[in-house]
Amino acid sequence: MSFPILTIMILLPLLVAAGCLFLSANGARWAALGTTLALLAMGIGLWVGYDIGGAQWQFVESAPIFGRFSWALGIDGIALMLIVLSVFLMPICILASWEAIEKRVPEYMAAFLLMEALMIGVFAAQDMFLFYIFFEAGLIPMYLIIGIWGGANRIYASYKFFLYTLLGSVLMLIAMLWMVREAGTTDIPTLMEYPFDPKVQTWLWLAFFASFAVKMPMWPVHTWLPDAHVQAPTAGSVILAGVLLKMGGYGFIRFSLPMFPEASAQLVWVVFGLSMIAVIYTSLVALVQSDMKKLIAYSSVAHMAFVTIGLFAFNRQGIEGALIVMLAHGLVSGALFLCVGVIYDRLHTREIDRYGGLSNNMPYYALFFMLFTMASVGLPGLANFVGEFLALVGAYKANSWVATVATLGIILGAAYMLYLYWRVAFGISKNEDAAAMPDLTLREWLCLAPIAAATIWMGVYPESFMAPMRKDVGTLLARIESAAPPGDAKLLMGKVKKTEVHKEGHH
Amino acid sequence: MSLAASLALTMPELILSIGAIVLMLVAAFAGDKATRAISWAAIALFAVAAFSLIGWGRAPMSAFDGLYRADAFAGFAKLLIYIAAAVSIFIAPRWFAENDRLRAEYPLLILFSAAGMGMMVSAVDLLTLYVGLELQSLAAYVLASFMRSDERAAEAGLKYFVLGALASGILLYGVSLLYGFAGTTQFAGIAKAMSDGVGLGELFGIVFVLAGLAFKVSAVPFHMWTPDVYEGSPTPVTAFFASAPKVAAMALLVRVTTVAMGPATDSWRQIVIFAALASIVLGAVGAIGQTNIKRLLAYSSINNIGFALIGLAAGTPTGVSSVMSYMAIYVAMTLGSFICVLQMRDMQGRPVETIASLSGLSRTRPGLAVAIAIFMFSLAGIPPLLGFWAKFVVFDAAVAANLTLLAAIGIAASVIGAFYYLKIVKTMYFDEPAEAYAPTNSMGEAALIGVCALAVSPLGYLAIPLLGGATEAAAKSLF
Repeated sequence: MSFPILTIMILLPLLVAAGCLFLSANGARWAALGTTLALLAMGIGLWVGYDIGGAQWQFVESAPIFGRFSWALGIDGIALMLIVLSVFLMPICILASWEAIEKRVPEYMAAFLLMEALMIGVFAAQDMFLFYIFFEAGLIPMYLIIGIWGGANRIYASYKFFLYTLLGSVLMLIAMLWMVREAGTTDIPTLMEYPFDPKVQTWLWLAFFASFAVKMPMWPVHTWLPDAHVQAPTAGSVILAGVLLKMGGYGFIRFSLPMFPEASAQLVWVVFGLSMIAVIYTSLVALVQSDMKKLIAYSSVAHMAFVTIGLFAFNRQGIEGALIVMLAHGLVSGALFLCVGVIYDRLHTREIDRYGGLSNNMPYYALFFMLFTMASVGLPGLANFVGEFLALVGAYKANSWVATVATLGIILGAAYMLYLYWRVAFGISKNEDAAAMPDLTLREWLCLAPIAAATIWMGVYPESFMAPMRKDVGTLLARIESAAPPGDAKLLMGKVKKTEVHKEGHH
Repeated sequence: MSLAASLALTMPELILSIGAIVLMLVAAFAGDKATRAISWAAIALFAVAAFSLIGWGRAPMSAFDGLYRADAFAGFAKLLIYIAAAVSIFIAPRWFAENDRLRAEYPLLILFSAAGMGMMVSAVDLLTLYVGLELQSLAAYVLASFMRSDERAAEAGLKYFVLGALASGILLYGVSLLYGFAGTTQFAGIAKAMSDGVGLGELFGIVFVLAGLAFKVSAVPFHMWTPDVYEGSPTPVTAFFASAPKVAAMALLVRVTTVAMGPATDSWRQIVIFAALASIVLGAVGAIGQTNIKRLLAYSSINNIGFALIGLAAGTPTGVSSVMSYMAIYVAMTLGSFICVLQMRDMQGRPVETIASLSGLSRTRPGLAVAIAIFMFSLAGIPPLLGFWAKFVVFDAAVAANLTLLAAIGIAASVIGAFYYLKIVKTMYFDEPAEAYAPTNSMGEAALIGVCALAVSPLGYLAIPLLGGATEAAAKSLF
């Protein structure tokens, strides 16, 4: 067995989290920052060390220490990119909470480190039950983060978050128990190739769907998200939007599609229907929000609908697009929440009306905010465009109606984001206190600049991010292609008309 | 088998009962001065009795012409019972010192009760079963009202006694029916009589026996006594009631249903399924409105018994082993929770039992708050705590026995239960601090909390192979 880097990436934050509880506020801050930076270094190490085109599962570790299931870790390209996203956002979250969190700092840092360990665990788990444990365990730190350090209505939001996601997940456990009984193994790679009876697949698919649809979140089970986002502290929102929502999409890729291809094809209309409603409905809801965080939360639901549309398009463009949207949304919505956090820290309100004309007194802030707004809208050259475009191409091949409705969503997306930016950054400075706010501090620069760089990188040269995942998308496609539903395009090859050959001597 | 050999097989019960009688004489002559020494002696007796269990994992042996059985199943259950009983004795002195004098009878009654439980889990005859059950119950009735001057304790004892006597009557009636229709009181004989179809009389016998035993494990609809008795009894006694007798009654129920009524599995399965689902839902819903932590834990125990019954409903070796795993983890969680409740006392040293008093505990007593949070999340069955594993194995057994729908309904209902466990965590972590509790001055209790918390923490997963092996061996000895 080689160097157990994944185990270390999970255990290190756990140990530091326990240690944080005994440190002072400042000690905990530095310990958390140091650990997350070390993990970022290890994450980059994974990315560099990942052999593109090599074995499907790399950095594999397996220790059957739990009897009925084992400590089995390993990543493919998709998991790799999501882990890199998690470890990239984490130090930024810690920095963003540096001053904003004043009470109970050691516990706060411990909760975030615990969260990081669990997120890495979710993406690296190769054992079904180990995955479930990591997947569910994330509820506890997030419940505490929202409940202790959240806004005024935090208790309601924390309950709603916990019970909603728990109810979604428990049925998945029953489905997992059944599958493991049937297939006789808890090994995810084996299960991904196991032919389950198509009749049972439907039930299993629905059980998994209940969990991932809530996590994703899809309309109509998205209602926990706006509450949780609004009440959570800034860094909590970043992690929620940046990584936790990706667990739903990751679940579809890792479980629903490869394990139940027939059921996925059969129920594709459910996914498309819900996603189409989500794109239009949540965009319209976002238009009328007066709370900045709520607006971005609803925009997340709309963006996630592109992920589901792309994934269930059953073609390469769709799935690759969905993956890029997941990564891009992780960066951009995280950055948008940070932008809200920057001004929230100064004025302690998220009401859009209380701001205005910020481009006058906070030019750099306005610049960053504009960059991320444009990225969220889907401006070419920035991260989201790549993913959304591919997802739409994929969707068009599968179903032109879905593609049409989703494109309408992009237009609405431009509307609510630009409207938000206009009200916050442009116009006259009508509120004195808002006009007196100072521009970005060095710490805030350090938070926003790396994400801006990554957003531009992903928009200009997505190949760096796409390359590790390409082969895995191919494997997935090979698995599901036989079940793929027919598209509605029904392209016909044009007939070549016989043209008369001009004869010589006609002249 | 000679009498001597039979007596040798019942060594654990002999140690406990003879030891208890000797200690009673000591108490009679030395008075309450010797309470401390007697308590330690009782704990030592449990340790010796546990040692005498060595070898029970090997081939099952019958004693007294098939009245008593020494097998891995009984051995596992006894070990849990002895541990729980010893802990209940250990935590008593400090609590009683603040309230009433601890008298020497307390460890003695627990010894007798535990001896009765040992008989229960080893019983392979309806009469052994009954005698063991009564010995356990009679001692428990006295324990419930151990604080004579306290009105609530007196009420708890009386209520427990009246309802317990009623349940015993129902059980005895079922026993008489089974004897009448099967012609024997031995489990093996009853199973043989039922193997050619279950008659109406036998069916009635099954129903009455199950009703009587459901009272002992406090499964719905025979759960009504639980909150009142838990609330009224002294807290160490409540800790005892919630752990050891539950294990004994559950083990007894498992043995009766799988061994004596094995051929009639289809008949009793629906009863168990109903009791399981009703206990899960009622235990969860009933707990939501509670303001007293002991009442809340009472409903929690009803809820947990419901989950254990799901494993029993499977009626397979996997099911039996899952029930035993569940009970083992349940004992750790329950004892831990109750020792935490023992720490809830105001600055004058009076015990506090309201949930509201936990307010802001994470700031006044962070260590205690973490421990309670671990127990609550574990009772709710949230991974990565070990309470999840307990639920996991029972649902796995149900799925393996093709009871997928039962498992799905049961696990969905567990979300209701999560609500009130969350409420406690919320009170401790999100609310503003209330008046602080008196500091803990017992290192022993703090250590016990630590051991229980570590056992149900993710580190407990490392013990799964051990636990799984032990419970599988236990289950195999029944089939």
